[in-house]
Amino acid sequence: MRLGRYVMPVSAALGFGFLYIPILILVIYSFNASKLVTVWGGFSTQWYVELFRDPQILDAAKLSFKIATASATLALVLGVAAAMTLVRFRWFKGRTLLTGMVAAPLVMPEVITGLSLLLLFVALDNLLGWPAGRGVTTIILAHATFGMAFVAVIVQARLRDMDRTLEEAAMDLGARPLTVFFTITIPSIAPALVAAWLLAFTLSLDDLVIASFVSGPGSSTLPMVVFSKVRLGISPDINALATLMIMIVALGGAIGFWQIRRSMRGRSSR
Amino acid sequence: MTSTGLQDKRWLDPDATPFIEFRNVSKTYQGVPAVKDVNLSIYQNELFCLLGGSGSGKTTLLRMLAGFETPTSGSVWIDGVDVTDWPPYERPVNMMFQSYALFPHMTVYDNIAYGLKRDGMPKPEIRERVEELLGLVRLSGFANRKPEQLSGGQRQRVALARALAKRPKVLLLDEPLGALDKNLREDTQLELIKIQESLGMTFIVVTHDQEEAMTLATRIGVMDEGYLVQTDEPHTIYEYPSSKYVADFIGDINLFECVVTETESGDLSLYSAEIEAGLCPPTSFAAPLNQTLWYAIRPEKMRLSREPVDADNVLSGIVHEIAYLGDFSVYWVDLDSGFRIRVSRPNISRLDHFAESWDERVYITWGQDAGVVLTQ
Repeated sequence: MRLGRYVMPVSAALGFGFLYIPILILVIYSFNASKLVTVWGGFSTQWYVELFRDPQILDAAKLSFKIATASATLALVLGVAAAMTLVRFRWFKGRTLLTGMVAAPLVMPEVITGLSLLLLFVALDNLLGWPAGRGVTTIILAHATFGMAFVAVIVQARLRDMDRTLEEAAMDLGARPLTVFFTITIPSIAPALVAAWLLAFTLSLDDLVIASFVSGPGSSTLPMVVFSKVRLGISPDINALATLMIMIVALGGAIGFWQIRRSMRGRSSR
Repeated sequence: MTSTGLQDKRWLDPDATPFIEFRNVSKTYQGVPAVKDVNLSIYQNELFCLLGGSGSGKTTLLRMLAGFETPTSGSVWIDGVDVTDWPPYERPVNMMFQSYALFPHMTVYDNIAYGLKRDGMPKPEIRERVEELLGLVRLSGFANRKPEQLSGGQRQRVALARALAKRPKVLLLDEPLGALDKNLREDTQLELIKIQESLGMTFIVVTHDQEEAMTLATRIGVMDEGYLVQTDEPHTIYEYPSSKYVADFIGDINLFECVVTETESGDLSLYSAEIEAGLCPPTSFAAPLNQTLWYAIRPEKMRLSREPVDADNVLSGIVHEIAYLGDFSVYWVDLDSGFRIRVSRPNISRLDHFAESWDERVYITWGQDAGVVLTQ
């Protein structure tokens, strides 16, 4: 009986340990003074300094942020359009099928998404001459494609829960549908939009597989550079880079989560 | 309590032009009828109440006037114009929603100004109009609050101010007082009447609360299962209901199924097998012999006594139960036939000897014209 009270904390510790101990080790070793990755040689921030002296990594980081910003924004616009269509329009034939299809990229293997997009871009290049070759544009388009699926799923859920009488009230007061959308609908779902954008942003920042398929010469994203470096042997500055990326992603996740929480509270207080 | 004088009863004038008209309006949702062939004329400056239970079609009718629903057949007219296919943002009506539908991300000021901004009104005029409306609903000083910082009654008043802001020809109110508690509701009812009279607008109120409809309305339209079953002034609806449904829905009533018979002297009479008694029909009653109909009598129109009394209608029974409600008491009396009827009695004096009359024999009497005869 006595043991009973320890079961919960112990199982929680085991679960969280399994999740976070590897990350914690990585963070600790990013402050390692030794050049050997597995041997502790005292505290140092030299790998961070070295990281910021490496032009290859800095360029890749800049490129990744640019791609993530552009693709998340594009994904947001497309995803909101898809969600509005699926939620707001009256029932039409095939709506259930389309709702399922919008979410399908969430479970699609990345290899297949990447390969199919590569085939599409090559075919488009041959037929229309756009996008010319593979590079930043194709990565942005590819990331927007799967980011849009996440945006559509998040925004759909929020739109379904939204009080439709708000839009009716606005229309009743003389607002045309487009005005209603920008003055009532968008502010009502704003937290979900922020969360969806951040999710699309971090997904783009993380992606290695799809980017590898659709990138071209001179357009290596940060994960691609990291991966190619690791293949030549792990150097401690990669730990420092990984630590920084974890921070950014965690921050984005936290803000997104907080926004979703806020939107839930807004709903319950209504 | 009606709010307008005799000179305003335009519906009695056959030449008056209606301000709002539903012409043969029906609405079907995926094969399920919600509103069935409604014909209704509402006149300027009326405070018209649509009364009915849930699912009676009253809200659907209101939403068709606001433009949120399109009739399956028939047409809707406002001020002589067919607006059946007009979108909500072009109609000269505004609506106060049951949930108030205040925009949560805007202040009270911006909520009220929303419709005025859509009209492109200059800012100083908007400010002036909003201040005036805030004064009207007694919320001056609340302009910068967010809806979540207001009480239910305050939100209700903001919703009213927002709906009044554009000075619409017609104001639609969907269960406007539903969320308020009883005392606040009574105050607000009188306030609504005052506002309606001072602004000279046409109000159409949807409610399921018959007391509210009686208090507010110049006329009441009673709806049941999509049909508009009776449209009349509150007094007429209560005293002369057109059907068993209306009689039962508005207030309490005792209903006896009867057949038309004849007395030895040749006068028409009624006999009810349910109460095993004959009834004296109202003056100017006319119906074919042996027709089945219903005699309806309200509990407060009957008198109770311990001694037999001579009257047009006399029934006798045993008091089964007495419910003391403060202002009056309701007596359930079991007639000798086993039929139970309810009689109400105002509590005029504090010590009422009648209150101790359980299981006693009492006599119930009423005059010839206290009851009404219903054929449907």
